[in-house]
Amino acid sequence: MEPGFSVNPLSDLEALLSYPFMVNALEAGTIVAVMAALAGWLMVLRRQSFAGHTLSLMSFPGAALAALVGWPFVSGYYLFCVAGALAIAVGDGGGSRAWGAGGGRAWGAGGSGRRSRAQESAATGAVQAGALALGFVFLSVYGGVLEDLETLLFGSFVGISSGQVLTLLVVAVGVLALLAFIGRPLLMASIDEVVADARGVPVRVLSVVFLLLLGLAVAATAQITGALLVFALLVAPAAAAQQLTARIAIGLALSVAFALAVTWLGLGISYFTNWPLGFTITSLAFVVYLTARMVRR
Amino acid sequence: MNGQLAVEMRDAAVRIGGRQIWGGVDFAARPGELVAVLGPNGSGKSTLLRVLLGLLPIAHGSVTVLGGAPGAHNESIGYLPQRRVFDETTRVRGIDLVRLGLDGSRWGLPPPPFGPRPWVDRARAARQRVAEVIAQVGAQEYAGRAIGECSGGEQQRLLIAQALVRRPRLLILDEPLDGLDIPNQVAVTALVQRICRSEGVAVLLVAHDVNPLLPYLDRILYLAGGQAVAGTPEEVITAETLSALYGTAIEVLRTSSGRLVVVGHPEGHHAHGPPVPQRVRHVLE
Repeated sequence: MEPGFSVNPLSDLEALLSYPFMVNALEAGTIVAVMAALAGWLMVLRRQSFAGHTLSLMSFPGAALAALVGWPFVSGYYLFCVAGALAIAVGDGGGSRAWGAGGGRAWGAGGSGRRSRAQESAATGAVQAGALALGFVFLSVYGGVLEDLETLLFGSFVGISSGQVLTLLVVAVGVLALLAFIGRPLLMASIDEVVADARGVPVRVLSVVFLLLLGLAVAATAQITGALLVFALLVAPAAAAQQLTARIAIGLALSVAFALAVTWLGLGISYFTNWPLGFTITSLAFVVYLTARMVRR
Repeated sequence: MNGQLAVEMRDAAVRIGGRQIWGGVDFAARPGELVAVLGPNGSGKSTLLRVLLGLLPIAHGSVTVLGGAPGAHNESIGYLPQRRVFDETTRVRGIDLVRLGLDGSRWGLPPPPFGPRPWVDRARAARQRVAEVIAQVGAQEYAGRAIGECSGGEQQRLLIAQALVRRPRLLILDEPLDGLDIPNQVAVTALVQRICRSEGVAVLLVAHDVNPLLPYLDRILYLAGGQAVAGTPEEVITAETLSALYGTAIEVLRTSSGRLVVVGHPEGHHAHGPPVPQRVRHVLE
């Protein structure tokens, strides 16, 4: 049966779901969209998009190392995303104490003083450069060519196994459960670090834990969208939702709705057109973000 | 509880890195009193707050806060750090900010307004308390807007509501008037005094400029040159007291309208507030 697009959406859906790999892709995409949308909403609020982007690039050294030692790519993703999160957290270390005489005056969301924010950016940039260099080292030691380089960078929906879907589900449930557990203090620390600190919220620890959870979410998302386009699911739906509403619950719900819509539509379009999944998802996500910005104006 | 002092310091001194920041501080604040902590930059005002919050030990003397050691009753202290500005990219509402003051430091998600009875009750109680305190600071109109879209004065009222939402017995406000225009400085001070009286809460308010505060103050703790003087505004804002404190001749003049003007104030710079002439600082009604 050739993939063919008809005007009847029901029969299209039926055709789409007649392939087990498409069902796996839809399941994986759904899991990833929900996790990325929720973690992404917090990331955008905390202004850590650069850290998120850096974590997404971790899949390159991750995949290179996995190829070198003969592991599946995915394990390399998780390993390096978690290591990258720790590296960023350490690089930011100690910078977030906002106490003291004088101090910075302008705190925004994300709480840290200006100096500490800048420090984190610099540390994150260093981690990014280091990780890319490491990836090239692994690659040259490996001596071969990374198979499926395009998939690594731009994502794919073929060849997602049921086992992978199950792994994604376990990771997503774990990440979301932990996010829910640290929810209120994390929100407080994200909006106003100084007050949170004064109220006994472990601001530093929460920051590290959030980066780790973000790393896991990124590693999972990269399997669907590819390393370069993690952004599409992590940033765009969340940023669009925050453009449209300042209500927390509605913002989170909107973010998830956008991510799901983008993923499902993207999968459908890719299936019928053979365009790369990363391209369709990213384009749709961009349209959502752009529309949200225009609506707000 | 009512007769108890909110803050009591006896001959207290603080050293940081071997250097004494201030010493010989005798000071008390009662419930329902509005106290201004004044002094030039670097005189140790923030250090004093850190001592009261139990973040810095004293080197000498004694400090009692709400009847216990500093830090022992921090859950009964509403603390507003130096003014932070939320810009328009901070996409949460003022009401969310106040709510976080109520239960933001608890783990987990807030109780949903549906489901089992205890959840619903807790959600409703929290909502009511937040609405109450928002009404108290007069922020009903803009509490539903994104905090970054509120003006500086509006943000400050919401932050005061956040500090008040858990019914503290001691409110510590670190330069809450900083960066506000004069009408807002006066309005926020009047608001703080009203809350101070109606709730019987002791308020320590750190300030740079005493002018907008003077009509509302009960006491002043003036830190300068490593020393401190405490008392009523009439006792503290005098030529003798200030001259002794600064170790230089300072005059307090009374204008024809009955206002007090401090002349010869050594604090050469004034980062915020109105363009007051260099040598004329404090005006007392």
